[in-house]
Amino acid sequence: MIGLAKSLVVEVVDFAGAVGRLASEIVRALFVSRINWKDVVRQMHFIGVKSQSVVLITGAFTGMVMAAQTYFQFHKVLMDTATLAVVAVSMGSELGPVLTALMVAGRIGAAIAAELGTMKVTEQIDALRTLAAHPVDYLVVPRILAILIAMPLLTAESIFVGILAGYLVGTQLLGIDPAYLWHNAVRYTGIEDIGAGFIKTFVFGGLIGLIGCQKGLSCPQGAEGVGKATTDAVVFSSIAILVTNFFLTMVLNRLLD
Amino acid sequence: MIEVRHLRKSFGSQKVLDDVNLVIESGTAVVIIGASGGGKSVLLKHLIGLMMPDSGEVLIDGQNLVGLNERQLLRVRHKFGLVFQMAALFDSMTVEENVGFVLDRERKLTRGEIDRRISRVLELVDLGGTQKKKPAELSGGMRKRVGLARAIIYEPEVVLYDEPTTGLDPIVSDSIDKLIIRVQQELKITSVVVTHDMRSTRRVGKTIFLLHQGRIHVTASPEDLFASTDPIVHRFVNGISDEKQIDFTT
Repeated sequence: MIGLAKSLVVEVVDFAGAVGRLASEIVRALFVSRINWKDVVRQMHFIGVKSQSVVLITGAFTGMVMAAQTYFQFHKVLMDTATLAVVAVSMGSELGPVLTALMVAGRIGAAIAAELGTMKVTEQIDALRTLAAHPVDYLVVPRILAILIAMPLLTAESIFVGILAGYLVGTQLLGIDPAYLWHNAVRYTGIEDIGAGFIKTFVFGGLIGLIGCQKGLSCPQGAEGVGKATTDAVVFSSIAILVTNFFLTMVLNRLLD
Repeated sequence: MIEVRHLRKSFGSQKVLDDVNLVIESGTAVVIIGASGGGKSVLLKHLIGLMMPDSGEVLIDGQNLVGLNERQLLRVRHKFGLVFQMAALFDSMTVEENVGFVLDRERKLTRGEIDRRISRVLELVDLGGTQKKKPAELSGGMRKRVGLARAIIYEPEVVLYDEPTTGLDPIVSDSIDKLIIRVQQELKITSVVVTHDMRSTRRVGKTIFLLHQGRIHVTASPEDLFASTDPIVHRFVNGISDEKQIDFTT
């Protein structure tokens, strides 16, 4: 048991070190290499445009469920019109950023790890190196920049759709007065709630990109290796998002209050 | 000139290279032969800095690659072209995008000049007109030719070939051998070929290194190698396995 715990700690520290080294190489690449903006735009299309359906469905149904559950509890104490305020604060600061990040981790983190992993096992990464192209400059930087730009936009979309869906459920299905519902939502949703959400979404986007790229570039040989790298990218990103979210919530609440 | 001094490399407990020493003069064609899994490709990857040794030195025109970081190595690698065993073409790109990769990134030439150079180098490897094809549409031999075109388009001083004829039929292997000789003569480059194909070795190499048990066992001309009475050399060039290895009765 102690041996297992030790090896787990070693693995986690080792992985964190590898991600840290990759992050420092990305920062260096931003200063010493030319950024291929055409590739950044191509990656943004893949990460942003092609994630629309997943993000919209997640945002909408989360907002709808939040509105319904909140109404069922608040109705008992005659606080129906506060329903949308709860939905807006939850979507803005927690559910929007976290659920969007988890969905993107499943779709994009896995895709990045699989693509780079396949390139690694078929020696395409070595081919890049022999052709005097640094893999971090050519493969990692465009993906990281694209995800850092796309994630806040996807999250904003998810929050907006979630609140809108919550509003429609509240007014059309649950019969809450629209004017008071909206008035309370605006009154109790502070800029700090949305601001916290956007800070989180940058961090989550960076984590998904970094972990996906690191797992792909360090992929073990063979088809099994690519499968493992892909699974690891999703699992490690998801855990990193959930753990980081707790600490960010604690820190940001203190800072933004 | 490429010089390797006291190169050692292990993977875990498996010693792959054990005190390798060799010198490759500029403009020559050398062949490194040895058993499968004997460390030939590992040695080749050390020459270009894709792998770092546990100890020893790799000197390229006097500059030691060992200890350089990846960005410093990128500058040295401009002198090299590497043709991979499985070609390692970028599968998301067309043939012309693969071949013109370095020129596109350097941005020193106009689009028209790059296209002309791509056409010229594809003609050199007998693949004119395949610019728009994807790697998946090509045969194994064609992929290796595209890999060679990609490796020579920026006119490197040294071209390294990792088992260029492995997995190809004798006719295609012959055409690849001829191509290696033609490229070497026309571009006046240094060729380093790693192979266990004895026919290629005889045709392509001016100097042959036999890698055996992690060391350079013999350095010889093709004539001397094939006439050698050294038991290890004799067995290898004539494809005679060790009796002990095929004794299934014990």
